[in-house]
Amino acid sequence: MYVENQIAPKILCYHCGNECDNSYIFENDKYFCCAGCRNVYDILNNNNLCTYYNIEKNPGLAPELSKSGEYDFLDDPDTVCKLLQFTDDKYSVISLNLPQIHCSSCIWLLENLFKINSGIVSSNVNFIKKEIKIKFLHKNTSIKEIIILLANLGYSPLLNLNHLDAKKENQSFKSIYFKIALAAFSFGNIMLFSFPEYLGIPITDTFFKSTFNYLNLILSVPVLLYSAKDYFTSAYKSLKNKFINIDFPLSLGIAALFLRSAYEVLSGTGAGYFDSFTGLVFFLLIGKYLQERTYNYLDFEKNYKSFFPISVMVMKDHKPSSVSLDKIQVGDRILIHKDEVIPTDSILISKKAVIDYSFITGESLPVYKKTGAYIYAGGRQTDLNIELEVVKEVSQSYLSSLWNNNIFKKQDEGKIVTFTNKVSKYFTIVILFIAFVSSSIWLTEGIDKALFVFTSVLIVACPCALSLSIPFTFGNTLKIFAENKFFLKNTNVVQKFSEINEIVFDKTGTITQAGSSAFRFYGRSLSEIEKQKIASLVLTSNNTLGKAILDIIGTKGNLNVKDFQEYEGVGVKGKINGDLIKIGLQKFISEDIVDDRNGINIYVSINDDVLGYFKISNIYRKNILDVLSRLSKNYRISILSGDNENEKENLKKYIDKDNLLFNQKPEDKLSFINSLSEKGKKVLMVGDGLNDAGALKVSYAGISVTDDISRFSPSCDGILDSSMLFKLYNFLSYSGMVMKIIYFNLTISIMYNLIGLFFAVNGKLSPIISAVLMPLSSISVIIVAVAFTNLFRRKYKL
Amino acid sequence: MQVIIILIGISLFLAISFLIVFFIAAKKGQFSDTYTPSVRILFDDKDLSKNKDSK
Repeated sequence: MYVENQIAPKILCYHCGNECDNSYIFENDKYFCCAGCRNVYDILNNNNLCTYYNIEKNPGLAPELSKSGEYDFLDDPDTVCKLLQFTDDKYSVISLNLPQIHCSSCIWLLENLFKINSGIVSSNVNFIKKEIKIKFLHKNTSIKEIIILLANLGYSPLLNLNHLDAKKENQSFKSIYFKIALAAFSFGNIMLFSFPEYLGIPITDTFFKSTFNYLNLILSVPVLLYSAKDYFTSAYKSLKNKFINIDFPLSLGIAALFLRSAYEVLSGTGAGYFDSFTGLVFFLLIGKYLQERTYNYLDFEKNYKSFFPISVMVMKDHKPSSVSLDKIQVGDRILIHKDEVIPTDSILISKKAVIDYSFITGESLPVYKKTGAYIYAGGRQTDLNIELEVVKEVSQSYLSSLWNNNIFKKQDEGKIVTFTNKVSKYFTIVILFIAFVSSSIWLTEGIDKALFVFTSVLIVACPCALSLSIPFTFGNTLKIFAENKFFLKNTNVVQKFSEINEIVFDKTGTITQAGSSAFRFYGRSLSEIEKQKIASLVLTSNNTLGKAILDIIGTKGNLNVKDFQEYEGVGVKGKINGDLIKIGLQKFISEDIVDDRNGINIYVSINDDVLGYFKISNIYRKNILDVLSRLSKNYRISILSGDNENEKENLKKYIDKDNLLFNQKPEDKLSFINSLSEKGKKVLMVGDGLNDAGALKVSYAGISVTDDISRFSPSCDGILDSSMLFKLYNFLSYSGMVMKIIYFNLTISIMYNLIGLFFAVNGKLSPIISAVLMPLSSISVIIVAVAFTNLFRRKYKL
Repeated sequence: MQVIIILIGISLFLAISFLIVFFIAAKKGQFSDTYTPSVRILFDDKDLSKNKDSK
């Protein structure tokens, strides 16, 4: 008898590693959890690709069941053309986004696709971007075949409407590599040629001396013209707009260094400061690189186009066929499957639909719709398949028109006066003043000496240490935040965070978990037989709310229900063992019940005896209420919710009730933030859905909370993984600390500048002093920046 | 001492060729993906028919 009591060892699927239930498939001495996994194995086995299973253990992914004709839109040459990256008469190249890529087995399999489909010439995976680039012979295969192959292997490509737009490559970022390399090359060589000068070795041979000097001059010219180009153009642009940015004093210093050195060499009076010049440009570019090295695989400027699928099923002659979204016309009949997004405003043809608008409006409960109802784009069908008739083109729908609001068109640069620009204005004025005064004093000793002092001041006062401390401090902060799953758009955001004095939260999906709400039963305790009756009735209807009710009852009902009647969106009733059971809204049960509570309550009655009601409450994210009360000590906090007032009682304990606003439309949220900004408040908006997109855009800083970083999130300044939301307080206070580190660094760099100015004003600046002072100040500033940011990281538990 | 001119010529020539090689590499995208190649190099492309499971 022992054998029967033994617990069977868990059977893991050979392909995907999931635990197999009773319906496993056994083949080739291997267990598979489903037919999909076995199919992938068969494909790989038939193509000698089983190495896939040797690289990592159970590496596979159970493929999603694809609907027939899902990829039919790829038969349209126009759509295909937009997806292709490159094509000539023989080869085509396509880049696809495969979010499923997760291990080295994936890389191996995807780069061996040519063994399965002979039309594929080569495929190349970029693991970090989760992208695959496939080169193929378009005579032998097609995009459709390739995409279906990928989908069958469990790697369905992420295709959305955005892919039908023109692609843009980030080329400007690449050029910084060239600029740094060139500056480093010249810097290194010029230092070698300047060795005799450093060591004080007297070179008697004037030929050598001038050869070295001229070589230095030649090596510096490309650095001036190419590597340092951006500083001059930026300074020129800012002057044209009548303000002074940090690049202006930098350009002054760079220009003074080069012109002075060139003059010394050409006139034969000295060796010049070419080593300082190239070194300065090199260090500055490294700082710039750190500042620009953001998370370029994350897209912070997503719009509704990345939210919609690329195609939709259109009914033609009673047969569904997939059509790309930009070809949908008014009057088309579209078929939406369970869990698909409704792409455009349309009218419901099917009998009923249950649509989840939580991402669009913030309502946490699905909405019931009947035939003829107007359905806005962006909702997600949660029930059976539905048919809709399109009334507006995708680009004209309600959701798309939100994006045509003016605020999405203007660039938000210039909203923030960066700390550097604030400082550099005064810095420049003071430096120019010192330069003019000291040179006019030295004018008594001749014009040459005066010019020497003038350029010396500009050289030593060049704010290179200042302009290095900021990228290094912010750059390291960005790295620390990213390790805590908080990704910032750029370094300016850190400064924005430190200035925040008001925080606005969205409710649904931000502080509560999206798509999950729990029922609680209020009323007298239910007997087992009553529970079974309720469960049986709920089971008979296939209402979505019913499932949640079943979960909390915890009983399975299998009693026979007679005279079952369902009233759409109101309630259900039926007879079990002669008892009339009703479940539904208050008005459906009895007129006598006074429903004075907010939100939706679902009552239960047996033979008109009301037992109680189920109430829906949201599930809050981990520790979020704790964080709210901590934040409310330093910031004024408001909550804007698109949902009903269900949670008002709950939230009142943490937040002043005047700051709790419900039933807010996206436009309301936007204007709320705008009115705060007009009062001079610096607002941080924390949101998640499309309904927050406008508010996130107009706020001083916007954070988008998401369960999955690679999924859709509206345009914002930072993307925060929802599991780290409880650290929001730490992130904000750390940002304040970072600004203090920057002030400290500013003091250090000004002290170095004062020492340099002492030499310069006295007319004693030599190339060696400059060559020592410049790197020394830069390096000490960098060390302070990196060391302090890491030191305080622990204090703020990041 | 004149030999130093030749040495400088050689060193500059070498340094410039390295710089050009770097430019070509950066242009070809060697720095756009710094992770995948480190995995790819460990795959061996031996006779794969041995890997086929017997049916």
